[in-house]
Amino acid sequence: MKNKLMQMILHRIGHSLIVLVLVTLLVFLVMQAVPGDPIKIFLGPSATQEQIDHYTKLFGYDKPVLVQYGRWVLNLFHGQMGRSVLMQREVSEFIFEKMAITLTVVLPAFVLAVIIGTTLGVIAALHRGKAVDSLVSTLANIGMATPLFWMGILLILLLTIKLGILPVQGYVPPWVNFGKSVQRLIMPVIICSLTPTAVFTRQTRSAMLEVIRQDYVRTARAKGVSRKDIILKHQLRNALIPIITVMGLQLGMMVGTTIIIESLFVIPGLGSTMITAIRSKDFMVVQNVVLVISVFIIFCNLIVDLLYGVIDPRIRDR
Amino acid sequence: MKISNSAHSYKSKRFFRVLLARKTVILCLIILAAMAFFAIFARFIAPYDPYKQDLNNTLQTISRDHLLGTDAMGRDTFSRIIYGTRISFSVGLASVLIAGTIGMVLGVTAGVVGGIVDTIIMRLMDAMMSIPLIVLAIFLGGILGKGLPNVMLAVGISAAPSFARLTRGQVLTLRESDYVTASTICGSSRFRTTVKHIIPNCISPNIVLMTMNLGGAILAEANLSFLGLGINPPLPSWGGMVADGNAFLRMIPVMAVAPGLFILLMVLCFNIVGDAVRDALDPRLRGSL
Amino acid sequence: MSEKTLLEIKNLFVEYKVEDAVVRAVNGLSLSLDYGEAMGLVGETGAGKTTTALSIMKLLPERIGEVTSGSLHLDGVNILNCSEDQIRKMQGNVVSMIFQDPMTSLNPVMTVGDQILEVLKIHRSELSRQELDRAVDDMMELVGIPSYRKEEYPHQFSGGMKQRIVIAIALACEPKLILADEPTTALDVTIQAQMLSLINDLKKRLNTAMVLITHDLGVVAQTCDSVAVMYAGEIIESGRVQEIFSGKYWHPYTKGLFGAIPKLDEDSKRLETIDGLMPDPTEEIEGCRFASRCKLASDECRRLQTMHEVEPGHFIRCRLFESVGERDGEK
Repeated sequence: MKNKLMQMILHRIGHSLIVLVLVTLLVFLVMQAVPGDPIKIFLGPSATQEQIDHYTKLFGYDKPVLVQYGRWVLNLFHGQMGRSVLMQREVSEFIFEKMAITLTVVLPAFVLAVIIGTTLGVIAALHRGKAVDSLVSTLANIGMATPLFWMGILLILLLTIKLGILPVQGYVPPWVNFGKSVQRLIMPVIICSLTPTAVFTRQTRSAMLEVIRQDYVRTARAKGVSRKDIILKHQLRNALIPIITVMGLQLGMMVGTTIIIESLFVIPGLGSTMITAIRSKDFMVVQNVVLVISVFIIFCNLIVDLLYGVIDPRIRDR
Repeated sequence: MKISNSAHSYKSKRFFRVLLARKTVILCLIILAAMAFFAIFARFIAPYDPYKQDLNNTLQTISRDHLLGTDAMGRDTFSRIIYGTRISFSVGLASVLIAGTIGMVLGVTAGVVGGIVDTIIMRLMDAMMSIPLIVLAIFLGGILGKGLPNVMLAVGISAAPSFARLTRGQVLTLRESDYVTASTICGSSRFRTTVKHIIPNCISPNIVLMTMNLGGAILAEANLSFLGLGINPPLPSWGGMVADGNAFLRMIPVMAVAPGLFILLMVLCFNIVGDAVRDALDPRLRGSL
Repeated sequence: MSEKTLLEIKNLFVEYKVEDAVVRAVNGLSLSLDYGEAMGLVGETGAGKTTTALSIMKLLPERIGEVTSGSLHLDGVNILNCSEDQIRKMQGNVVSMIFQDPMTSLNPVMTVGDQILEVLKIHRSELSRQELDRAVDDMMELVGIPSYRKEEYPHQFSGGMKQRIVIAIALACEPKLILADEPTTALDVTIQAQMLSLINDLKKRLNTAMVLITHDLGVVAQTCDSVAVMYAGEIIESGRVQEIFSGKYWHPYTKGLFGAIPKLDEDSKRLETIDGLMPDPTEEIEGCRFASRCKLASDECRRLQTMHEVEPGHFIRCRLFESVGERDGEK
């Protein structure tokens, strides 16, 4: 029984690895096509040809693209990701801290979105066709259409400028000063949770509506099960199966949306790093940021697969 | 598959009946029509030239002269928003068309040719889809550089994989269908079958997906422009205008708030209409799109 | 209502509101059932049999189905006036229901043991955890499934096994009344007989009353004490099994139903059928609802028809039996 689940997960990991290689290769190749030499950008216009040659050789940029890619992959096995031209540091030295910073926004936002989204979705489904339902659905639609940067600006206007409750920008990691960190994270987390909350609300609503009509829900009512238990034990547990896929997808997406949030709130996370690196053509950094994001997304998918196995017994035996 | 004339008119009647059944959808269509009107007749509606700088009237707040104030160069925000409608519409439509075209070409190729070509194309699409759309668009936007056509291309390419996937699935189902088998048995070549039977039947679901992606494409452009990776100034892009306004948030909030509101409104309307088009045209797609 | 009466329904009307139409599913149904009695509720699809059962269970689809008038007493309790809490105490405990399709009646993400346990936990809260577990084991053995399989999920069982579990859930709290809604139609023919004998056996052992909804008259003959024939939302004939199956007096519709059963002992080439369809349930009809399909119908059938007792305990809703009723009454 467990073996089949393991088999499925191993199959998924294999597939993910292929995708991972393709993603990085693709990014690698595309980056080569970019006009502009990172070495020249770094050294500035006054650099001599000798200097440029020296650094180009030092970073290995004189080799053919596929050789560069192969070397990058091999070095990954030794825990080395390559050097950032711009920062003159080994990428692996700082990228995980950047990821951790990004996750301090993404993870609380995700938890918030899961709680609010599923609750609203259940409420809307239970009051289908009534005013509450229309209100929730309208809010979800608005949530999905709101530009996050604009939402951020509205929050800054309200909470910082008008009410003066929260400091506007800057970032303090929670492991440095928790109180200050929370203060500065409130707005980014709210904004980061906006889209996923809307998505989860819609998904939960439609999954619940699908489940409410099922015969087993009627069986449960015929047993005299209380309303609360019918919703939690019989409806929501079955509705969760499609919702979980969407949750996994959204968690990956959220790492993407933080690019905007980090730029607005000046948070030194993965997103800001990527923007800076793209602007200065710092190949190695872009390459590795994409790698880290992809690995994170693959990891999310794996967790989704495992959760499937926990929630849906039918998958375990398939 | 030929549909007789009367069946066709019945189908389109049903389409409009279902599409217009909800008042919200009608309202959204009216708003979008009004915006399209703004875009086309911007020259007559906008009270000022959106590019004309007026250094005597910089950073004005809401007034009778300037409905939504002016920016740091004295340009009228309201006029720039009106002209911005053009940018949003054209980026939305163009990138969705690019995505649909690329996706359909790749999807039909993968589905019809099959084998190793199919594997390569679809693995590539998997790879692209494993990167969040915003990251991909920012990455491509950063590489292609700023400017209107580049933004369209960046957003269009980023959104293409879902079209490719949809088309390929459609092709595979069609290939199994009786009438395609029949036309193959009757000696129709693979190319002919593809052009006559497969491609026409892939168009409708792709149009649905295009409508549904319009809002997202507009939002992606706004994000790019907000980050300074999108439309080149002085073109009035709503996302860029919010970014400009952000610098003067304490002085004149309307400069950042107003253009954002228009992004929200347009994206919201497109999303609602997109959902309605899907429900009206093909409710079976509800799960898959 | 006598001491022996478990279920008494009087003049029950049930309506479904669908889009802009009102479907009159049950129109003035009355029936009564004694403790331990098994009644077959027969009639064609759409006659309102399931709706009647759902009304007794108070499980009519919310906001769509509604009891508009009539009274419904179960075990001395007026069901229609009960609060939600009171009803919940009765559902699965005093009255429970076996549904038609076992494939979809069980929650796919709960073990079968837990699904049996759930109903026991609700209504037998005084029992300890061990006692509850033992009750689940007993219940599974009772319906013929080894109790070690209680940790398994519904998809690991066959259709017949699932129906056994549904029966175990329904009988776990030894209810006074079971409503079995075509419990065998979704199963293989070979399993059908097994299932009926299981239901029969358990019903006798637990002394449970039963309403068996079916359109199979053979099943009724085997399992039931009495029969009620439903047509277009009302009962048109009721009586003890022996009397109805004797065929001495038959409502024209009942006669049609019996005519539609193949007989092995007679050399008939073709089965008799009842021409036409049941009346549109959205329309209001005065008089006999069967008149439009009845070969013996006359203008007199347009006025309201009442039940006539043609022999003790045997009632027929048809004017043809007016005189039979009176004559018997005079005796």
